[in-house]
Amino acid sequence: MATETIKANHSPLLRVCGLTKHYWTSGRVWRKRTLFTAVDDISFELSHGKTLGLVGSSGCGKSSLARCVTRLEGADAGEIWLEGVDIARLNSRELLPYRSQIQMIFQDPATAMNPRMTAAEIVQEPLLIQRRGTSAERQARTAELMREVGLSPDWMNRRITEFSGGQRQRMAIARALSLQPKLLVLDEAFTGLDLSTQAQIANLLLDLQATHSLTYILISHDLSLVARIADEIAVMSAGKIIELGPVRQIISTPTHPVTQSLVTSHHGFRVQHAAAGGFA
Amino acid sequence: MRFLLRRLLRALLMLLGVSLLCFAFTQMAPGSFFDEMRLNPQISPETIATLRAHYGLNRPVPIRYAHWMLSLAKGDFGYCIAYNSPVGPLLWTRAKNTLLLTATATILTWLIAVPLGVWSASSRRRLADRFIGASSSLMISVPEIVVAVALLAVAVRWRLVLVGGMVSLGFDDLSLWGKVRDLFLHMLLPISILLLGGIGVVERHVRASVSEILDTPYMNAARSLGIGRMRLLFRHALPVAANPVISLFGFFLAGLLGASLLVEVVTGWPGLGPLILEATLSRDLYVVIAATMLSAILMIAGNFLADLLLIASDPRIRDGEAHAQ
Amino acid sequence: MPGPLLHVKDLRVRYLPESGGKVQALEGLNLEILPGEVTGILGESGSGKSTLASTLLRLLPASAECSGCVVFEGEDLLTAAESKLRRIRGSKIALIPQDPAVSLNPVTRVGEQISEVLRAHLRLSRSERKQRVRQLLVEVGFEDVDRIVDAYLHQLSGGQRQRVVIAQAIACRPSLIIADEPTSKLHSELHCQILALLANTVAQHDTALLLITHDPTILAGFADRLMVMYAGRLIEQGPAESVMRRPLHPYTRALIGLSHGHTSGNRASHLPSIPGEMPNPLHVMPGCRFEPRCSEKMGVCATTDPQTFSPESSRLVSCLKYGN
Repeated sequence: MATETIKANHSPLLRVCGLTKHYWTSGRVWRKRTLFTAVDDISFELSHGKTLGLVGSSGCGKSSLARCVTRLEGADAGEIWLEGVDIARLNSRELLPYRSQIQMIFQDPATAMNPRMTAAEIVQEPLLIQRRGTSAERQARTAELMREVGLSPDWMNRRITEFSGGQRQRMAIARALSLQPKLLVLDEAFTGLDLSTQAQIANLLLDLQATHSLTYILISHDLSLVARIADEIAVMSAGKIIELGPVRQIISTPTHPVTQSLVTSHHGFRVQHAAAGGFA
Repeated sequence: MRFLLRRLLRALLMLLGVSLLCFAFTQMAPGSFFDEMRLNPQISPETIATLRAHYGLNRPVPIRYAHWMLSLAKGDFGYCIAYNSPVGPLLWTRAKNTLLLTATATILTWLIAVPLGVWSASSRRRLADRFIGASSSLMISVPEIVVAVALLAVAVRWRLVLVGGMVSLGFDDLSLWGKVRDLFLHMLLPISILLLGGIGVVERHVRASVSEILDTPYMNAARSLGIGRMRLLFRHALPVAANPVISLFGFFLAGLLGASLLVEVVTGWPGLGPLILEATLSRDLYVVIAATMLSAILMIAGNFLADLLLIASDPRIRDGEAHAQ
Repeated sequence: MPGPLLHVKDLRVRYLPESGGKVQALEGLNLEILPGEVTGILGESGSGKSTLASTLLRLLPASAECSGCVVFEGEDLLTAAESKLRRIRGSKIALIPQDPAVSLNPVTRVGEQISEVLRAHLRLSRSERKQRVRQLLVEVGFEDVDRIVDAYLHQLSGGQRQRVVIAQAIACRPSLIIADEPTSKLHSELHCQILALLANTVAQHDTALLLITHDPTILAGFADRLMVMYAGRLIEQGPAESVMRRPLHPYTRALIGLSHGHTSGNRASHLPSIPGEMPNPLHVMPGCRFEPRCSEKMGVCATTDPQTFSPESSRLVSCLKYGN
């Protein structure tokens, strides 16, 4: 047991080995169901305080991978080691203490929030569910969390319909942080936001990572944004990771054709843009 | 095809379940057909015992169920004691009459209610919408029995329509036109009662469904392409709105059948309704079971029809995409 | 020089939400669109750019109120009869909606949906329409036309849906196409393809295009003229190249800077951003709308509404910096 713990300290926060997930395609009325491999034998490691960018076009399996890693869905095969514990093997009761360590943030968080609830109710809901602290303590923690994500604690009693898209995404982050997770999985969390809001949220995530040594998995179809926040990038296609490496390497010397086309479309904009001239 | 077979198999299993339950409940119910005979001092207990043996009522329940299943296979549906004949043929004539009534009522209800609902949805919050809405709510809230009795009173008082039965005496002597006219006048009252009960419900559903579709981005997009109002409503919105409305169709048939049995009793229409009532009161159990089974078959057929319509109308369901939406 | 195709004068739109209050969505817009020109409208969510798109075709919800005029071919579209408007929509001015996934009818075949537009405006026989639909599908870049004609919405990919919507828009050869964020729901690989398709189509038929977007990168090298919107107002306009190269308004400068700060491969300690949020349209304050977020604000900005100035030829800007 002792050696296990020591190893855990040196091992990465997250180590995924041979993760595989199948789905049955929904049966057409006149046709048979077929088996479809969404996540195909995927392995990677992620160290404490680092950010992994997961890019790929829609349907490449990146969201399925996220759902398996966070154990929102059970994988069909493979291991998910979180600080020396294989959470893929735990049943739902054993998993409970680990649930709070991995939190997920989705695109358009408002769809997952009850419009009748106030900002404070939304942020402290996880604390309430886990029965942490007294009501006064929770209230104080909520104010602190809101301040931390750049929302004024004076807005605690406003309903979420009064907040803009960017502010709602901040609320979703505050809510995820309330349980002091180690790993945040952001699934297209920037999609649909304005450029200035994207930049604000990205900066917030960078600040939070510095102060809380958080680890991120950042899923996006937008390579240009991921390239600015992540340490490493994994490119997915048809359920497999086809290329994995430091951001600089992926951007400057992509080897796989899929990565190359992603990078050229990312550069394409810049080139086009540069043609329009420099800026003062 | 697999889908159809699966559906058919499920329907058969359901019928089996219904028959078992029916049988069990009628056995549990107190009293039997011969209880009243027992009170008659002129009939000896021996006679009753012989009669019971003749109709097989003294045998154990599972055996009787097996016998009944056999007769079901022959199309007899058991034996009716009061009419002293197999239930099957008796039931068919009655079921035909019920079917005539419900089918006509269904077609008319939908022919009236769908355009009303579409109109109401397209003129939201204007006078027409409010008027249609208020009338529908009234129709929904008044119980059928009240409508039936009220209309019956009116009809009898002013002799507007022919009341009681399905045809007049001497029907067979009438010309074809005369027969149609006579049947129509007899049907008018029960059909009106059924329409008043059904139109409101269907109209409200159609309105809700269409008005939801009218607010979708694709309707807005169609409007931005300059497509005319009527075409937007009937060619663009209605086919999409049909989906939930068709699902309602199955339930609607069940409700209509129930209402129809009641209306038949009140207006004296020789359908399944009066037959079931008589049979229940006299504890003529095979008739009750068979009639219930027949209602169940009609309902299952209705739902099956609704499923087929749904597949025909929505390509997403055909491709198994419905869950994703 | 030909006269403008579309002339918008002092356009104001406000929504009267059921919860009470008034939301001023557009405040006194003036703009002109010339025939065959590509005009880019740049603005973030809440700037009123989508409201503008719907107002031009009078497709606003009943809870909206508008004033001013939108003159197209000598007629004010805001007061024109509904029947007249119906003949203009789709045939002379076409709208490419934001999200093709929800802008096509889910239970009607794609071919029929394109055919519907032809049917609404042109007198063609059924077979002529069929043939025309196939031509249009080829024109927007489909190779397997047979499959697409009979396909339903859910059988198409995002890029294919967008092509179908474009086919609908160009079906009657309109003189103006309004495209509301035509690529925002597509992945970056598809952006270039769809933009190239749009650029080719409008160039070939000399169609004017009003391209509404929040992303300055897609306008560069594409738009002839550029207009920037902020909180319901037009704050800057001019030739696209000159505005992109030398933005005058502090907001335009910041917005263009956001997309330009991408230095590939370098993990930044911080990304360039504009602090704060767009003002709440329910509580309108006096002064410049951008004042609370502006890095170059002056004392007067909080109290004085900026007028429109023209510091150099063909450039317009609403900022007090250029007032003297």
